[in-house]
Amino acid sequence: MASVGKIARRTFLIGSAAIAGGVAFGTYMVKRPIPNPLLDDLADGEAAITPFVKIAAEGVTLITPRADKGQGAYSIQAYLIAEELDIDPKDTIRTPGLPGPAYYNAAVMTEGSPLPAYDESATAETIRSVLRVIPKLFALQMTGGSSTVPDMYDKLRHAGAVARETLKEAAAIRTGFARAQLTTENGHVVTPDGDKIAYTDLAVEAAEIDPITDVELRDPKDWRYLGKPGLTRIDMEPKCTGAEKYGIDLNFDGMLFASICANPGIGGALESFDASAAESMPGVQSIIEVKAGNAGVAVIASNTWYAFQAVNAIECEWGAPAYPATSAEIFANLEAAVNKEDNFDHRQRDEGDVDAALAEGEVFEAQYRIPFLAHAPMEPMNAIVKVTDEKVEIWTGTQIPLFIKNRVAQNLGIEAENVFVYVQPMGGSFGHKLEMTHVEQAAEVAASVKGTPVKFTWSREEDMTHDYPRPASVMHARGKIKDGKVDTFDVSVSQSAMAPGWFGRLTGIGIPGPDATITTGSWDQPFAIPNYRVTGYRAPDMVPVSSWRSVGASGNGFYHDTFLDELIHKAGADPMEERLRLCLHEQSRKVLEEVAELSGWDGPSMGEDKGRGVAFCLSFGVPTAQVIEVTNTDRGIRIDKAFIVADVGRVLDPMNAEAQLTGGMIYALSHAINSELTYENYGPVQNNYHAYEGLRLYQTPQIEVRILENMSGIRGVGEPGVPPAAPALGNAIFAATGQRIREMPFNKHIDFI
Amino acid sequence: MRLTVNGTEHEVDVTSDMPLLWVLRDELNITGPKYGCGIAQCGACTVHVDGFAVRSCQLAVGDLAGGHVTTIEGLASPEGLHAVQEAWIEHQVAQCGYCQSGQIMQAASFLETNPEPTDEDIDAAMSANLCRCGTYPRIRAAVHAAAKKLQEA
Ligand code: FES
Ligand code: FES
Repeated sequence: MASVGKIARRTFLIGSAAIAGGVAFGTYMVKRPIPNPLLDDLADGEAAITPFVKIAAEGVTLITPRADKGQGAYSIQAYLIAEELDIDPKDTIRTPGLPGPAYYNAAVMTEGSPLPAYDESATAETIRSVLRVIPKLFALQMTGGSSTVPDMYDKLRHAGAVARETLKEAAAIRTGFARAQLTTENGHVVTPDGDKIAYTDLAVEAAEIDPITDVELRDPKDWRYLGKPGLTRIDMEPKCTGAEKYGIDLNFDGMLFASICANPGIGGALESFDASAAESMPGVQSIIEVKAGNAGVAVIASNTWYAFQAVNAIECEWGAPAYPATSAEIFANLEAAVNKEDNFDHRQRDEGDVDAALAEGEVFEAQYRIPFLAHAPMEPMNAIVKVTDEKVEIWTGTQIPLFIKNRVAQNLGIEAENVFVYVQPMGGSFGHKLEMTHVEQAAEVAASVKGTPVKFTWSREEDMTHDYPRPASVMHARGKIKDGKVDTFDVSVSQSAMAPGWFGRLTGIGIPGPDATITTGSWDQPFAIPNYRVTGYRAPDMVPVSSWRSVGASGNGFYHDTFLDELIHKAGADPMEERLRLCLHEQSRKVLEEVAELSGWDGPSMGEDKGRGVAFCLSFGVPTAQVIEVTNTDRGIRIDKAFIVADVGRVLDPMNAEAQLTGGMIYALSHAINSELTYENYGPVQNNYHAYEGLRLYQTPQIEVRILENMSGIRGVGEPGVPPAAPALGNAIFAATGQRIREMPFNKHIDFI
Repeated sequence: MRLTVNGTEHEVDVTSDMPLLWVLRDELNITGPKYGCGIAQCGACTVHVDGFAVRSCQLAVGDLAGGHVTTIEGLASPEGLHAVQEAWIEHQVAQCGYCQSGQIMQAASFLETNPEPTDEDIDAAMSANLCRCGTYPRIRAAVHAAAKKLQEA
């Protein structure tokens, strides 16, 4: 691990600073120190650093800035610090801190690199390092892109190590022993005599000395927490006792409750409304026309249920938004853009001579499509906001606290420094909480009752019908086989741009240039096919869309792998062997080999009415292969068993990594089987879980997982479990039934148990 | 109106058609039961009324008829966590955790009536509880483990 230590020293500067009653430790980036969010808490004469650890008489505080939406971010961030600091995280105070630019996420944009993740060349690494600087410029304190662990792995361990060595130095000065003679043990420095001095007892002295920054990170073989099979999440017990407080659970004295009905045509106007019935309903305090975010009418009441009831009684006339009213028109626009020169967006893969190959011989053609999808986490969008003349306070579960801070400041005409965003644990997100329309609405509502905190909640119906969904898209494919092998593979994807619209919504600044998300998960796969081309076409902007767990790869993983499977079957080759033969990336080959071994792969057919499918997708730097086995019963398709193998470079929390991979697969299967948003009259038809079902326990197969560690570096696993699931299922259904399904959700074409 | 929750009697001033869920959450600040759908599709709001699992979003508080309400906050006993909670922690079931109060309350009530469930029994009893994070395989394992604990106890 010496090399990691060196890299980290080159990248980070570590500092310590006195704080009230103790000391804080943290890191600066070398290039440009960023103003520190804890500055406001510091008394005169106290310096500031990017704090990840604070030690004071009342306890040791670990600051874990990446938000927790269920993926275990708080827990793993605490363990990263604790591993070096030598303290049981359960004995610490843990907080995400206040958002500030110092917590920018360097890794979140590397997935947008123009070079595929399996390319570890110097050029590729240079480009990725440039992409790591962009978030700093935009102050992206953001959680997403499976980036928490890659971004925080070195920073937090380093902060822990510097804190530990500095505390030892303080103890050395106090006891007269050399620092090298001292050791640490669960929150204490231990002297050669066996005396123990608590860290908290050394806080003031540690603040007075220069921090010890020449530290070596521990060799992973000496780790006590990280990578251990029994490592448990620190937030598990409160989640099993009802003690965990999500944003929606907070309560303040005198708090009022609110909800809204906004235009389902996102961005359309509120032409008029009639709230006469609502005004006299029980609990109703006031009715407010809301302009921020998305126009609508809100009710403030003494209880959320009263607010929901009153909102339902309001009649609104909505203006049309700037997009087509129905799914039929939207898909017609998507189809119209495929292979049209005017709509050309990018072609990041073009090998061999596809046009020449397709000019002769037998060409296979196929057309695919995927629908809009809601994120639909279990906790609907909500925020508590309190507005006074001096400041605005916001309590909400979010992935984008800084964008919220700036936008609310702008909307309410107040300095951003007077807007405080307290990030709360989230009851799921899947990308939903990368948006802030609800917070803008909540702030406008709360501003009408200054001094009173207002808990603002979208009903499930409001949440489902006002989501910024996963983009719908269509794909046209052509291919050829030669001598029992896949020879030519040409796919064209048409989608409205996602990233520029999203970034524009958050910042007011558009992103120029192509939108890589249109083909992410397709152009960047580690295969060598003689004639190989992937092209993105940009359909006009329609329904405003956003990131949905695994982003571009959620649809492109399906397109790429399913069409590959089609060609392999046409070639008469074995789906596993042909993928292995075509695969040019050693770690990805190992993933395929491992899943073949784990699933006992001996071909796609498993006897009458039974079949298995394999699928592969490299996303977020994680090669992931899945095998699914199905039976075609009289009552429909039953999923019998599933297998996942992924290579994450290094596993820090094995039990949670397994949960994330299986959860990703189940989330993907839910939508592949039975979920879609269809649009009528500008808004989604599906407005609650009865119409957007997802997988239930009885439909969920047994899932076996193996995680490999052959990749270099370290990757997140929140998303890579998603992309291969739909194609693995579709490929299995083909093996069992001979029916090839090219459109999600699959239940439009075949029944499921 | 009076109601008893986790052994404590409360007085609330609400319309009698208000679902129990919102009385618990917004009037009594008992927030373990969660709002997920409001239409009996997710089970996040599950509580016990006289020991039986009930969707609190569907039960008007006026229809409680003196029934005693237990929420996830009242499931553990002074001696310690309920066997279902212990099994949930051992199996590290929760991801976001938002559905888990409901899952645990459903499982605890189910195991009262079926102490030795098969996989099929568990599927039937637990499938109306939605988990968007996809914790189902661990839920199945944890229900089995809890059944064993209860048998041994
Ligand atoms: S909130 Fe009661 S079942 Fe969903
Ligand atoms: S753990 Fe997140 S919904 Fe079940």
